[in-house]
Amino acid sequence: MASPATSLKGGTSALSRVRTRAAWLFLTPTLLVMGLVAGWPLGRTFWFSFTDANLTDLAASRFVGLDSLRQVLEDPDWWTTVWTTFRFAGVSVLLETVLGMVIALSLNAKFRGRGVLRAAMLVPWAIPTVVSARMWEWMFNDIYGVINAMLLSVGAISESLAWTAEPGLAFGAVVAVDVWKTTPFMTLLILAALQMLPGEVYEAARIDGASPIRVFFQVTLPMLKGPLMVAVIFRILDALRVFDIFFVLTGGGTETMPMAGYARQRMFEYQEIGVGSAAASLLFALIAVFTALYMVVGRVKLEGE
Amino acid sequence: MKKVLAGLVVAVALVTPRLAQAEKLVIACGSVGQEQEVCKQGAEAWAKKTGHTVQVMSVPTDAGQQLAQFQQLLAAGSSDLDVVRIDVIWPGIVANHFIDLKPHFPEDVLKQHFQPIVKNNTVNGKLIAIPWFTDAGLLYYRKDLLEKHGQKPPTTWQELAQVAKVVMDAEKKAGNDKLVGYVFQGKSYEGLTCNALEWVDSFGGGTIVDSNGQVTINNPKAVEAIDFFASLVGNVVPKGVLSYEEEGARGAFQSGNAVFMRNWPYAWSLANAKDSPISGKVGVMALPKGGAEGKSTGTLGGWQLGVSKYSKHPELAVDLVKYLTGPEEQKRRALVGSFNPTLTSLYKDEELLKANPFISSLYETFTNAVPRPSITGTKYNQVSTEFRNGVYATLSGKGKAADNLKKVEAKLKSLGKNGKW
Repeated sequence: MASPATSLKGGTSALSRVRTRAAWLFLTPTLLVMGLVAGWPLGRTFWFSFTDANLTDLAASRFVGLDSLRQVLEDPDWWTTVWTTFRFAGVSVLLETVLGMVIALSLNAKFRGRGVLRAAMLVPWAIPTVVSARMWEWMFNDIYGVINAMLLSVGAISESLAWTAEPGLAFGAVVAVDVWKTTPFMTLLILAALQMLPGEVYEAARIDGASPIRVFFQVTLPMLKGPLMVAVIFRILDALRVFDIFFVLTGGGTETMPMAGYARQRMFEYQEIGVGSAAASLLFALIAVFTALYMVVGRVKLEGE
Repeated sequence: MKKVLAGLVVAVALVTPRLAQAEKLVIACGSVGQEQEVCKQGAEAWAKKTGHTVQVMSVPTDAGQQLAQFQQLLAAGSSDLDVVRIDVIWPGIVANHFIDLKPHFPEDVLKQHFQPIVKNNTVNGKLIAIPWFTDAGLLYYRKDLLEKHGQKPPTTWQELAQVAKVVMDAEKKAGNDKLVGYVFQGKSYEGLTCNALEWVDSFGGGTIVDSNGQVTINNPKAVEAIDFFASLVGNVVPKGVLSYEEEGARGAFQSGNAVFMRNWPYAWSLANAKDSPISGKVGVMALPKGGAEGKSTGTLGGWQLGVSKYSKHPELAVDLVKYLTGPEEQKRRALVGSFNPTLTSLYKDEELLKANPFISSLYETFTNAVPRPSITGTKYNQVSTEFRNGVYATLSGKGKAADNLKKVEAKLKSLGKNGKW
């Protein structure tokens, strides 16, 4: 409680206390809702991962300590999915960053129709993932798909390829769809950062006679580093918990299954809520550790310079 | 006369309060092909008769995904679902969540259904579902193409590969290079388990886990069967098959791009529909044998209707099940959707036999279909996944069947208790 002495010290502290109280008052509903829709399920998942809960009879679940976690770690299929997920995250985020940079640089130039182009570029990002994955599934179809038809007609391939069926091709197809869908997101973040860059630096570089390539590597890129690292971390977080694209496009083989798909399979197809929750918790931990590492190594400051 | 009228009024007044309350039931049936539509028509007919309403819940096409959806609803004790369509392999997995239907169905009604299915649906003395339609894998072929190239319908899988090759080559010369030989359900899902079980069984390689609970999958006949089909992928079997479910295969076949297709009976009425490019050009027969000494077989499919324990209106739900599984509705479904009845008497129905000629000629196939290993109970889905993963790896060129099936065997043994169930 506020004692008279402290409140006598200065009116500002009393005011700031009132403000703090008001802030908490306003935040409470949000925190409550967050706790209800995010905290509670998360907590329950953690709890389930220490039990042998089974969907057939949830009431009969017992506490088994780390046994469910051990089952996940000892399953070679889990490690296949870990490898697939990290490979997917690495390849797709790299491609998205490079393409995003190229597109952002071109859109940053002044030309007619730039506004229209910027809006058009966002279309893939606006389509729900399941819808775009389904759309691409049809285009990738081996018999009536448009991709095979196009490649065949220009002679790039000699016979129809089964894009979503062969594990090797399917991985490439999934990466392609993800790149198509999320490059706009990268472009948007990079473009926003590009427009914040001070014009004087470029003017100075031009006066000094630096070539455009040199300007990019020695002026633009160093100044973009902060925002770029933040954009990349968003994408990596997203890519590591990928589920929908794989699920719709390849549908369930262990060869092409991300970590989230593994957790889902154990939970709902095998009814093993306990083991599935352990896998989900592990996925959560892996992403957390990876993100922490990335931020330390890349010295990313989320709060800005 | 007045007294009679008065009596009627009283009787109506006594009965009405129960009927006046129009309730809403939710049923989950399949969504492959036209099934959801056919199911909806049946449910609406019942609704019209009783004054209630029935809503059809949308479900995924893949049976495994359906089970996952139901399990989540049922485990949460949700009353959002009243009548559920249950796969022939599920009773052991979901028995806990369904009411016992025995008190509601007199013995003589149950006697009219195929007895093995009724037995299959009885778990620990509890009848959890009533048979609705039965399935077995069938071979569909293009009568016109076979005749054109002087080929006979094949009796063995090896013959099928030869015939397919001959027809494909001849058609390719004539400029039709889109034609493929054989399509089936090759995506890594429950359908592949059904297909591969047929191959293994037709070669005499058993049923993955035998009726005593022994894991039998790693045997020379099974290896031969899986290797044989792996050798077809990339020539008479297009690689795209590895991403096909039922509808993917039907898409290839019905658009006229495949000589042979393995599918369930439902494809018959669709392939012969008015808007089908191959209407009237399709033949259907039992699946081929695995070599001269093999046997012709089909995986037992089929679906039942059960009433959820958490339904708010179990009595009404039972009534809906009674209507849908009754002779009138089963016959209608067989006529419009070629869903095979589970009532034995319908197999002598003239009208039905005319619409689905294969029903009588393939009666044997349906009654002697090979069951999936239900002895594995609640772990069936894991067994199925391990098995099809091994098959899928072989089909997609990752290793030979001998090694892959050995791995499957090891996994299945570690899943069961002491290497068996």
